[in-house]
Amino acid sequence: MFDHARTAVEAALAAGATYADARFVESRDEQIEVLNGSVEQLDRGEAAGVGVRALVGSSWGFFGTHDVSPAALRSAGKRATEIAKASAVVPGKPSPLADVPVVQAEYETPFTEAPLEVPLSDKVDLLMAVTAAMQEVKEVRLARASLGAWDTHKWFVSSQGHQIHQHIVETGGGFDATAVGEGESHRRSFPQSFGQFETGGFEIIRRWDFLANAPRIADEAAALLKADNCPEGEMTIILEASQLALQIHESVGHAIELDRILGWEAAFAGTSHLELPKLGTHKYGSELMNITADATLRGALGSFGFDDEGTPAQRVPIVDRGRWVGVLSGRDSAAIAGLPPGGMVRADGYARLPMVRMTNVGLLPGDSSLDEMIAATERGIFMSTNRSWSIDDKRLNFQFGCEIGWEIENGKLGRMVKNPTYTGITPRFWAQLDMLAGESEWVHWGTPNCGKGQPMQVAHTGHSAAPGRFAEVRVGVKG
Amino acid sequence: MTDARSAADRLVEIVGKRAEAEATVAVGRAELTRFANSFIHQNVGEEYVNVRLRVAAGGRVATVTGNRADDAALSKLAEDALVVAATQPVDEDWAGLTAPTTIAPADFSHKSTTAATPAGRAATVKSFVGAGEGLLAAGFCDTDSFETAFANSLGHRAAARGSRATIDGIHQTGESAGSAHQTSNAFSDLDGAAAGALAADRARRGLHAFDLKPGDYEVVLAPEPVATIAVFLDFYGLNGKAFNEGQSFVELGAAQFDERITVVDDPMGPGALGEAYDAEGTPKQSTVLIDRGITRTVVHDRRSGRRAGVASTGHAWAMSGSLGPFAGHVVVQPGSDTVDDMIAAVERGVYVATFNYCRILDPKSQVVTGLTRNGTFMIENGAITGAITNLRFTQSFVKAFGPGNVLGVGNDLRYADSEFGQGVVRSPSLRLASWHFTGGAEG
Repeated sequence: MFDHARTAVEAALAAGATYADARFVESRDEQIEVLNGSVEQLDRGEAAGVGVRALVGSSWGFFGTHDVSPAALRSAGKRATEIAKASAVVPGKPSPLADVPVVQAEYETPFTEAPLEVPLSDKVDLLMAVTAAMQEVKEVRLARASLGAWDTHKWFVSSQGHQIHQHIVETGGGFDATAVGEGESHRRSFPQSFGQFETGGFEIIRRWDFLANAPRIADEAAALLKADNCPEGEMTIILEASQLALQIHESVGHAIELDRILGWEAAFAGTSHLELPKLGTHKYGSELMNITADATLRGALGSFGFDDEGTPAQRVPIVDRGRWVGVLSGRDSAAIAGLPPGGMVRADGYARLPMVRMTNVGLLPGDSSLDEMIAATERGIFMSTNRSWSIDDKRLNFQFGCEIGWEIENGKLGRMVKNPTYTGITPRFWAQLDMLAGESEWVHWGTPNCGKGQPMQVAHTGHSAAPGRFAEVRVGVKG
Repeated sequence: MTDARSAADRLVEIVGKRAEAEATVAVGRAELTRFANSFIHQNVGEEYVNVRLRVAAGGRVATVTGNRADDAALSKLAEDALVVAATQPVDEDWAGLTAPTTIAPADFSHKSTTAATPAGRAATVKSFVGAGEGLLAAGFCDTDSFETAFANSLGHRAAARGSRATIDGIHQTGESAGSAHQTSNAFSDLDGAAAGALAADRARRGLHAFDLKPGDYEVVLAPEPVATIAVFLDFYGLNGKAFNEGQSFVELGAAQFDERITVVDDPMGPGALGEAYDAEGTPKQSTVLIDRGITRTVVHDRRSGRRAGVASTGHAWAMSGSLGPFAGHVVVQPGSDTVDDMIAAVERGVYVATFNYCRILDPKSQVVTGLTRNGTFMIENGAITGAITNLRFTQSFVKAFGPGNVLGVGNDLRYADSEFGQGVVRSPSLRLASWHFTGGAEG
């Protein structure tokens, strides 16, 4: 299989590239969705092909092909070089590549039950049972449950001598109940909105125990129809761990992408409020804020052995006791910034250009607990499970909506509230982090739908988080 | 290059009488030249084959996809689909295959797009960049040429060709940015210099922006934000599956919108990028969604149509089983107002060039939060008087187009970049009586 990639690399070099690399990728996936006891979607996909990247002077070219015949692979390599030469019509500064170890290696995701080998009937039966359990609650009009799995082999070769094979296995799923009332609908999801995804096998699904949680989720969806709206004002909020994970993704993970900081994503995804000269001194948040980008975490969705440039997976400090100390980078962006390459460049399949993507950007646990945080709060809202998310192009001004909330008064959870929202400005918000739950409540949440790039690429990223408390946050924004 | 028609036919033939079968094959080349900091930093191309097979064996349904069209790959795909389907429960909502009907081969491709080269795209980018001297440019220029084919085991056949080309980018001053967008089926229609000049003008006008106090303001929206409103109404509301499930705002026959608002799905009309049939082989046609403020219909695939007791409107796509049918050729009908006319009529309000990162809070009320970006300006006494820092809004998109809220409809209809990307919506500028801004740059 390395030969496919090698043929494309050699053709790129023969056409004039000074550096080239290529990935032969074989992937299989399965997506199942059951709605109200009916299989709404059962899709299985497989794809294979080669993507080759060529550097000519300061300009890059990339070409992807599904055709792995020797002639097509040679053509793809040549085409990548021709595209790189065309890039020189509007040239940039010299684009060095930071040095990384040249390795020949193998990596495989640790897993127990290969997800695509579990009988389909077992999976469908599980989803049917989950939706049936939710439909026991009469207000629930939509009971949905889903499973997804990806099985990907990548063979990477570079003109510098890399030769790396990886087998990545990812599995996940979830369910939600939607109660529909007069002019409104409310959804409750488990384990989080869009489901929970991790690297590993079907053992992940068994561990989350969907069936045991379905009745509670359905009851909460129904109860939201009778709940009062979230109050408006400034108050303390406690975020459940999966919501805090998305907060990390949006207001930290994207902001620390070096390609954004360098302006490479300015027209689409945006830039960042962070400025490189302030790396090491900028105050990102409170002393409780310790963030790492760790691609070595077992089971987390953003874990792998090597990135798509052949750089080994790493654990990189990003925020240390509130101070910004690290970025997400690849070989080219790191060289420009004068930083060590972080091994954070990945592509969505063989036909896409590798680019800076989050690995597992997570908030290290604190020493409190959800119960302690509630007990220590005089007045506030506990919000759970994301419903909507929006943030500006510098990753500063955000507004999130959650599925459900509960008022906190005098240290106790009170009435349930619907449509809880909160809004803020990134560094001000993180400076208000004043309590953080500990390791026993720390979960490697997975985000399977992170969009970036043109053409659009979807990445699978991880975000470890435990519940956290933030003081004086604006809540209850309404349309 | 793979012949799409032969591959679709062959796939149905391999399944034979073992199941009902429906095959779609797309073959094409997509290339994209991306620039930032005023140079080309990413430049990519791809030759693709997408094969999709749906089978129903005694009402047991499964879908498989692949990216090879040789006989061995098609045979494996067919066998996989049959094995998967056999493990499934009977789908009570299986609506069967589309009966044979005549669909004339449609060719919406343009030779300038089919023949576009990396050098041609680079030249367009160079023109865009060169139009903003002293500014930093970023964006992309892409071309996509494709051929599609459909076959099912009832003998229904269809085929089409199409193409799309886009230049989309911004110029930046260091403290402000301005954007521009052009899309056509013809690469030769793109004018990089004109797009670059518009983006540069917006960027320069955006200098020295001030913070506006959030609140309700009259607005003039450029085609981009109008396209985003339209695509949200479309995807979350005019979607037959969402309607069946009680998740849509739609009340059929009700005057839910201002009488100035007419929205049509027009896949084959003048200027359309063209799509002759949907993923189930149902012929496409012009569909009036909102007629002078009255919501006329939602769109259906065969499954949602069966559940609603109506026929498919030809809006199936690869994900419609899960996400519902989708109108992908939306036109917000233009009016007769010029943008200058609309601005001149505003005593105190805001001009918005684009929205950013819009997300729905509640599908039934269509309350959406998002931000302004790449050109937000103060209008006072009928003229633009200065730039404003980006604003956050939390606004019902149904109410935005609601009765009495639409004060002007522009004559500047064009393809506009929406939250769902390029080539989906054509829209004009609009003047709206009220828009609910809920936060400024400082929260």
